[in-house]
This record gives sequence, C-alpha cells and structure tokens, in this order.
Amino acid sequence: MTIIKADLVVIGGGPAGMAAALEAKKSGLNNIIILERDKELGGILQQCIHNGFGLHIFGEELTGPEYAWRFIKEVEASDITCKLNTMVLDISPDRVITVVNQEDGLIKIEAGAIVLAMGCRERTRGALNIPGARPAGIYTAGSAQRLVNMEGYLPGKKFVILGSGDIGLIMARRLTLEGVEVKMVCELLPYSGGLTRNIVQCLEDFNIPLKLSHTITQIHGRERVEGVTVSQVDESRKPIPGTEEYVECDTLLLSVGLIPENELSKESGIQLDPVTGGPLVNEAMETSMDGVFACGNAVQVHDLVDYVTQESRVAGRSAAEYVLHGQTDDTGTIHTVPGSGIRYIVPQQIRRGHGAKLFFRVTNVFTNTSIVIQCDDKILYTAKKLKVAPGEMETVELPPEKLAGLDGALTVSLVPNS
Amino acid sequence: METKRTIICTVCPRGCKIDVTMDGGRIKDMKGFTCKRGEAYAQAECIAPVRTLTTTMRIIGAGLPVIPVKSQSPVPKEKLFDFMKAINSTQVKAPVNVGDIVLANACGTGINIVASRNMPRKDMTARS
Repeated sequence: MTIIKADLVVIGGGPAGMAAALEAKKSGLNNIIILERDKELGGILQQCIHNGFGLHIFGEELTGPEYAWRFIKEVEASDITCKLNTMVLDISPDRVITVVNQEDGLIKIEAGAIVLAMGCRERTRGALNIPGARPAGIYTAGSAQRLVNMEGYLPGKKFVILGSGDIGLIMARRLTLEGVEVKMVCELLPYSGGLTRNIVQCLEDFNIPLKLSHTITQIHGRERVEGVTVSQVDESRKPIPGTEEYVECDTLLLSVGLIPENELSKESGIQLDPVTGGPLVNEAMETSMDGVFACGNAVQVHDLVDYVTQESRVAGRSAAEYVLHGQTDDTGTIHTVPGSGIRYIVPQQIRRGHGAKLFFRVTNVFTNTSIVIQCDDKILYTAKKLKVAPGEMETVELPPEKLAGLDGALTVSLVPNS
Repeated sequence: METKRTIICTVCPRGCKIDVTMDGGRIKDMKGFTCKRGEAYAQAECIAPVRTLTTTMRIIGAGLPVIPVKSQSPVPKEKLFDFMKAINSTQVKAPVNVGDIVLANACGTGINIVASRNMPRKDMTARS
C-alpha cells in the first residue's frame, strides 16, 4: 500500500479546516494536506446561501459561499495539497491515517500533526422516535437546504417544520420565497433557539406561525407524508392530552439539533466531552491524543462562522508549533468548570502559563444577569448582560497574566444582578 | 386612521421592542427604542422596509444545476416575490464568477442580482 508523509493533515475542507491549514502555512509548515469528502472545498457554507457571515472577520455581511471563497482563494493560491472526494477511514495512535479516494485508491498518510475539522451532523427523526410509518417526505432541514440550494430540487409543496433553530427558520423563508406553503414552525421549548433577526425576517415577514411549547406526536401517511399531529407540551416537555391538532402537509423538516461529527475521534480513543459531543481540548485546541488538534463544529456547534475561523487559526498555529518545536513541557493544567447557568465551556482545560479564549453557552434565557469568572476565590472577570440565551454563544478572552499563578478550577457562572 | 404595531429591532442582539403608531402612512409616535440605530431601523421598517434577497438561479453547463445569487442592495420588501419570479425566469451559462451580474436592473428597480460563488464550466454527467 502506498504510504506518503505530510507535516500536517487537516481532515475537513470547510471553513474550519481551511483556516487551520492556512494558519499552519503562515506559521511555517510546508507539507500540508487537506482531506475533503465532498467534491469541492467550502463545507456547509456552500449550501448556506443566506447572508450574515463575516461581520467580525471581514467587517462585511457575506453569504456563506462568498465567505468560503475568501478562504478557498487563498488555499488554491498556496501549495497546500487538497484531496477531494476523499474519505478518512482510520487514524492510528501514531497518527497514520488510512484514506481512500478514486484517484489514489487506498493509501496511508503519516502525519506530523492532525487537525480534526469534520464539522457536525443533524439529529434525525429516528433519534426523536416520532411515531408513524416511514413515508417519503421527511428530511432534516440541512438535507432539504442542500437539495434546494445546490441540487436544485423542491422537496415538497406543503411543509411543517419542527424546531425553531436558525436552520429551520432559514428554510422556512427559503421555501416560502420559492412559492411553497410553510404552514407552521413548531418548537418544543417555550423559546426559540434562533436569532431574533431570523424570527422577524423568516417567520414574521411571511406570517408563518411559530408554535412554542409544541411538538409533533405523529406522522401520517404510508407512501408519502399526508399530515402530522401537533401537540402542546407542558413544563416537562410532555405532550398534553387533548391538545392534538392535525395539520395537513406533504413534507416534514426536522431542525432539532446539531451533533459534532466525531466517529473518527471516538474510534481513535480521543476523549470526548459528553456535553459538547466534541473532543476535550486545551487552549491550544489540542485533544487528548498527542499531536491531534480539533476545531470548528467538530469541537462545539457554533452560531457564527467568524468564531469558527478564530478557533481554527489557534488550532492551525498550535499544530504548526507542535511539528516545528515539539511537545511543550507539561506544567499542569487548570480545568474550566461550568457553574450556575452555564451549560459547557470550551476549552475544557488551560495549560498553566497560557491565556485562553473561552467559548461557552448558557442553560436558559436569562435577563439582567452577570457573567462571573473566578478561580481560587479570586474574581477574574465580570460583565453585566441584559440578556443571554442558549442560542447565542458567549466568548471571553483571558490573557496569560490574568491566569498566572492560579491553581484550582476556573469556574464560569451567571449571577443575577441585584 | 391610526394603526399601532410592535417592531422587534434586529440591529443588535438586544432586540428592543419598539411600539409605533402610524397615521395614514406617517409615523405619529414611536417608543421603546434605546439608541439612534434602533430609531432609524423602526422608521425604515414602517415607511419603506427592505430586505436583502438571497436565492438561487438556474445555470447551464456547470457542476451543479443552480448557482447562489443575491441582490446587490436591499430590495423593497413588497417586491420580493416579483424579484423571485424574475430570477426564476432567468438562466445563466457557466462560467460565472462571484460578483458577476446575472440579472441587471431586476424589476426595473435598478437593483442588480449578482452571483455569490464561482461556477466554472463542467460537464455534470462526468464522474469527478
């Protein structure tokens, strides 16, 4: 079997992988390969044809494909090797990657370092266990987005959407503009997970009802979806008997959660965080496996691709430093601990002597609250917030001086303002 | 005749609720905004709301059957479906580059529709 060598192998050619590869190149690495399963670079951005990307990184409001192009352009102008239509089958403990595609066949790549940038996948109907037969016409919102925006298909004529996250909202607008009927968006929780801007521009603009605290309890139809039963739910998210409503439709879109893609990580024995679904990482975006780094939606599901780019540049730089200068001395780590009101924090660990950019999400919608970061009974950071929500990731930069000499766990909490 | 409506501002994440009282197409009263940008947003929303339109257009001879496009500037909200009809009645031929005008002066508004990505010429039936 052919075995080739590379300083750095980046698995995934979306915004995360491209930013990591470009940053590694800028940091002095030369033999870099991006492995991408699709026929082109750009990842999920190629199907995100709406705008709102790039406000932080470029100071402009770009569409997904335009944002992707800024990076594809740079990658193509560099000597970074891109293998498209390529699947990674395995990563060995000593970073030998087994790879397959039509051109090379089955080959192995010995990597000086690896960056995992596989993105995320969608939660499916099977995971929700919605009762009913298996009629045609049930799609995850992202699959429908690909079909409409890239393959040129209209999946149906009368839609119900379950889940008010941004993908569901964006598709509600997209389908309405293409002339089909979106009858309602149902949301299990009492609040929407999407940006207010999307509630206004995707639902209110088109008078599409948003039913909070509602879910779908049955799908009707044998060959094709004929309708769904929508029920109201109580505070424990259990359907309330007697509230069932039959809604006629031919297509159901599910926008019910994104899950970081980590089949490879799991198989390689990389430690995952059960809350994020992604690898445990330190402030350099290094995983529990030597010389393996991770970034983007594979680590935590992001709302803004701008943050993905920032996070991925850290991973790329760290991977380059690892290859060029070797593993740094182990001086111990501080663990970050989610406190009251906080669901998770990335990175989960910070090496002593380093600063960190923290990304975290809250557990619920809170108003008039403060973010408080403390370690060893010392308050390192506070910030008043009028409103925080689970659908809007927060970020705080802690420079190395702030963390110098600290020993115990670093907690991030929400404290109500008096 | 007086009409009232509540607008949620989308300029920043605060999402202030702004109550507007209109009379015959003019704003009589407005309260709830907490900054100048919000005030301007609510005014535009009530008098002449606009939206950036992003959609796809049929393309011939590329690797995919449709190319993502956007309005070069925001479109009057009431014209969105007219724009969609105009765009869906148009085709372009590959190659097309990001920024290329695929439909000029859509619906006589002076607003151009431009491509959001490159699509080189490619035989769709060929194996990659």
